[in-house]
Amino acid sequence: MGRDQRISLLAEFFRQLGEVAFLSSKTFRNLFKRPWEKKIFLQQLEEIGVRTLPVISLTAAFGGLVFALQTYLGFHRYIGPGSEAYGGPIISLGLTKELIPILVGLMAAGRVGSSMAAEIGTMKITEQVDALFTLGADPNRYLVVPRTVAAFLMLPCLTIFGDIIGIICGLIYNVVIMGVNGTVYLRNTLLYLELWDVLTGVLKAGVFGVIIAVIGCWQGLKAEGGAEGVGRATTRTVVIASISILISNFFLSKFLPGNLSL
Amino acid sequence: MIRIIDVRKSFGPKKVLNGVNLEIRTGETMVIIGQSGSGKSVLLKLLIGIMKPDRGEINVDGMNITALRGDELLRATRRFGMLFQAAALFDSMTVAQNVAFGLERYTDLGPDGIRTRVADCLAKVGLSGIEGLMPYELSGGMKKRVGLARAIAYRPEIILYDEPSTGIDPIRADAINELIILLKKEMTVTSVVITHDMVSSYKVADRIALLYEGRIVEIGTPEAIKNSANAVVQQFIHGRAQGPITNW
Ligand SMILES: Nc1ncnc2c1ncn2[C@@H]1O[C@H](COP(=O)(O)OP(=O)(O)O)[C@@H](O)[C@H]1O
Ligand SMILES: [Mg+2]
Repeated sequence: MGRDQRISLLAEFFRQLGEVAFLSSKTFRNLFKRPWEKKIFLQQLEEIGVRTLPVISLTAAFGGLVFALQTYLGFHRYIGPGSEAYGGPIISLGLTKELIPILVGLMAAGRVGSSMAAEIGTMKITEQVDALFTLGADPNRYLVVPRTVAAFLMLPCLTIFGDIIGIICGLIYNVVIMGVNGTVYLRNTLLYLELWDVLTGVLKAGVFGVIIAVIGCWQGLKAEGGAEGVGRATTRTVVIASISILISNFFLSKFLPGNLSL
Repeated sequence: MIRIIDVRKSFGPKKVLNGVNLEIRTGETMVIIGQSGSGKSVLLKLLIGIMKPDRGEINVDGMNITALRGDELLRATRRFGMLFQAAALFDSMTVAQNVAFGLERYTDLGPDGIRTRVADCLAKVGLSGIEGLMPYELSGGMKKRVGLARAIAYRPEIILYDEPSTGIDPIRADAINELIILLKKEMTVTSVVITHDMVSSYKVADRIALLYEGRIVEIGTPEAIKNSANAVVQQFIHGRAQGPITNW
């Protein structure tokens, strides 16, 4: 790659980052303006929350199972038979702080972000977005704000739900399948899992929700060139949102305090 | 009075409008004709503020549309109704919800008032009783007529029609012509009509303007246009394959 090419690639990156920043700030300002699109907001709550629940249940269940499997193995091999019951807090910590929020984020990027990009992209290329404007509805307030707020609220709910399923499945694997002492396992889990651990995961999920909605809407609103353009916007949303989630997750984990009393 | 003053618009390297000047009087029906791709739809979008011109000014009764931003611009669109070339119906809503959309935002009508007005407007475009249908259940021509009902529902002062008769059978198309004339008489709306159809042009127009190579090259009453000495105009209105437009 030549030097000029690298520079133009970098320029393009910052131009797109600027677009996202502009859309985000506009959306934020519109949060406080009337009218509030209640109907769309409720629709989106249902779309993001209720319709994503089955996928989240399944991923959280198997995430919990496989995480419990490896933790069991680790304790069994390195600390010794009988110590597996101490895996409980580790499993619940890993699930609530990292695995479940990330799984929820990635699933929602695939399921929700893509459908936002496809729906808004279709509206864009068929001039429905222009029609909104001519009929007195600001496209940002009508399309972007309700989706962003709904995603910001729903991803934490999905995460709490996923946490519960994941922890239960971890317990089932250890206690029911592997025969670990249930009383010790449960007591350790309850003793060492702090509310703050759950909250960090939930907080991160809220951030992921905003990332997914803003990127999906951004890609949808700039879609052009027919069905192919909508397809491109959809794919890009999933890729960009997933990567952004993983990157921001690292920094959030790094800079959110490890526990509240610090 | 709408004043379009030296308006220019390019998309990348492609110059679409290259200094358009046009005055549309209040209560007048202005028909704009021109080849496909000559920028007629772009001109309408500039008028209502969906797009901004690169240069020039669009002035509606002393209000500079080009300078408006955000909520001011959104309020100004209240005065306009627009029929999109491909109807642009909201495909997640029923016909009734589509037609009611502007009413909910632009008027104080309650649910009953809205229902009555929606039925009225659908009757005006000859589509009574289809309130509950979804856009995908409609033919192209029906979509266009629902789009028209949606555009006129809140009684705008200025109506922009982007090819109202394209894709509609000749009898329905003439009914739309009658409707354009009726709206003008009943509610003294100012109309800007884009069309390829010379028969409807002559019927509805007070004046006709020809958009060619990014400019308005001729403007006049239907009579004046018919008798124009401009060879470009003559080729266009007679739809000849041979002439100055096609002989570079
Ligand atoms: N949003 C846009 N982006 C890029 N090019 C556009 C856009 N809108 C219109 N154009 C171009 O402008 C030209 C005029 O388009 P249009 O106004 O739709 O023509 P018509 O006179 O047939 O209505 C076309 O060449 C079209 O490709
Ligand atoms: Mg057009």
